[in-house]
Amino acid sequence: MTSVKQKKKMSRAAREENRWGLAFVASPFIGFLIFMAFPIVFAFVASLTKWNGINNMLDNFIGFENYIKLLTDEKFWKVLGNTIIYMIGIPIGMILGLVIAVGMNRKIRGIKVLRTLYYVPVVSSLVAVAILWMWVFNYDYGLFNSIIKALTGMKGPNWLGDEFWVKVSMIIFMVWKGLGSSIILYLAGLQNIPRDYYEAASIDGATGFGLFRHITIPLVSPVTFYLLITGLIGGFQVFVEVLVMVPTGGLDYSAATVVFYLYEKAFSSRQMGYGSAMAFILAIIIFIITAINFKAQNKWVKDLD
Amino acid sequence: MRKNVSKSKKTKIVDTIIFILLLIGAVAMVFPLVYMFFSSFMTKNQILSANFSLIPDPWKFGKYTEVLQKPEFLRGVRNTLLVAVPVLLVGSFTSSMAAFSFSKLNFKGKNAMFLGLLSTMMIPFAVVMIPQYIMFTKLGWANSLLPLIVPGLFGNVGMIFFLRQNLNSIPSALAEAAKIDGCGYFRIYYQIFLPLMKGALMTQVILWFMGIWNDYLAPTIFIQDEQWFTLQVVIRSFNSYYAVNSDYPLIMAASVLAILPTLLLFFFFQRFIIESMAISGVKG
Repeated sequence: MTSVKQKKKMSRAAREENRWGLAFVASPFIGFLIFMAFPIVFAFVASLTKWNGINNMLDNFIGFENYIKLLTDEKFWKVLGNTIIYMIGIPIGMILGLVIAVGMNRKIRGIKVLRTLYYVPVVSSLVAVAILWMWVFNYDYGLFNSIIKALTGMKGPNWLGDEFWVKVSMIIFMVWKGLGSSIILYLAGLQNIPRDYYEAASIDGATGFGLFRHITIPLVSPVTFYLLITGLIGGFQVFVEVLVMVPTGGLDYSAATVVFYLYEKAFSSRQMGYGSAMAFILAIIIFIITAINFKAQNKWVKDLD
Repeated sequence: MRKNVSKSKKTKIVDTIIFILLLIGAVAMVFPLVYMFFSSFMTKNQILSANFSLIPDPWKFGKYTEVLQKPEFLRGVRNTLLVAVPVLLVGSFTSSMAAFSFSKLNFKGKNAMFLGLLSTMMIPFAVVMIPQYIMFTKLGWANSLLPLIVPGLFGNVGMIFFLRQNLNSIPSALAEAAKIDGCGYFRIYYQIFLPLMKGALMTQVILWFMGIWNDYLAPTIFIQDEQWFTLQVVIRSFNSYYAVNSDYPLIMAASVLAILPTLLLFFFFQRFIIESMAISGVKG
């Protein structure tokens, strides 16, 4: 009965539009159900079991035991710590990106060529450049240590083989790989700032750094916010670069990230239940941090409109 | 007048200093890639020598022919293309149609569905990769390229989002007029709006192609049969295999070849690519 009533409320043309509208979005929506929604539910159920991918999942139901075990798993805390340490690269990339973008936001001939050069690492294959940087960081013959030796006569650090330097190496690599996109985004943000803002502030006596501090930084804050959010979401999922450059996870697991550990647990040790629990904790962390950021954004993100 | 001249002179000096600083930075950024390029022409001994050198002495071109003759490498390229072609053809079609619908048509649950799709961008791949792996293995797809092809056919959230944004700036009156003329919905999409979003669609196709070309995670998890390894997986296995006898020139040559296509695409279409990246950040 109700459906008849509803149908009557809609005109024939609107019903037709409704039908076609739904049909046109059906494909991505079905894809979403099959490849995202269903796997999420499945992963949650799996995270409550001692499943290895072969035995019967529901027969091995253990409740929240995996989650409890994770909280006392020292290795998990270690990889979580490593993952967070890598995020030092996010503010470094932002600062460098903004400074370079400010420099590029001038009418200088040939500046576009430089913009292109900075962007090259972004479009290059992650695997290929990670292999290349393995070589750059090579202890005996690498580019860095050759340069250090040529300049100082001393042997450089064992970049990828040392607990401390491996983290420095990964941060350098990640900043290098992503810098081009922060530059492009900041440049777009800078070009959106109306000139009058600077002129008005100049009349009020602001100069150089004052303009940068009080006009530029607040007005590119939407870009900073975007970089922060995407940086954090991506930062928690860092994996391939570690897998390629430090396949063992580093000395005493010093380079391993959460996803690296998860991958080893799920696919090498076949602890699919435990791996799923870790994936869920990761998703929850990402969700909470993103939510906090969205809540806090009106404290510091300025809207140009 | 004089003041003006000296001011422009001052700006010129500042401009030059800034340009030089930026140039130094840019050279530092591409230096590792330049080094990779040159070392692919070096001999093993030169790479492994204690003294740093950039220019190959002598120049050896043999590593490229060696890589190009490796059946694994050619198979990797073929497999990557076998994934890219159907995904890009079908996936752009389904994505652009959905973007059109989200932007120009009215239907029940439109906003909820759109938000649902968008939220998937926040869900870590790690959460769905284990269930997807099980699903593909159970279906017997681990010995084919299907795990990489089928999900893409349904459409790409990033592309839908971007094209919808693009369509929102095109007046809806066009769609209304066509409706009144009795034009069918598919024809409104296909004959009016598809041509209008051609530029944006091209850019998105290029970016998606780069994504497929560079993807390593999905192929390495889902594909078990060496026969179906994509290029990035092959490159990685070259790295572990040839590092044993330190054939770095070969590894570097293979890496250069793996980067080259995306690099060329980027150089040709950089204006569009940079523009679309910038839009996703400023408006997103």
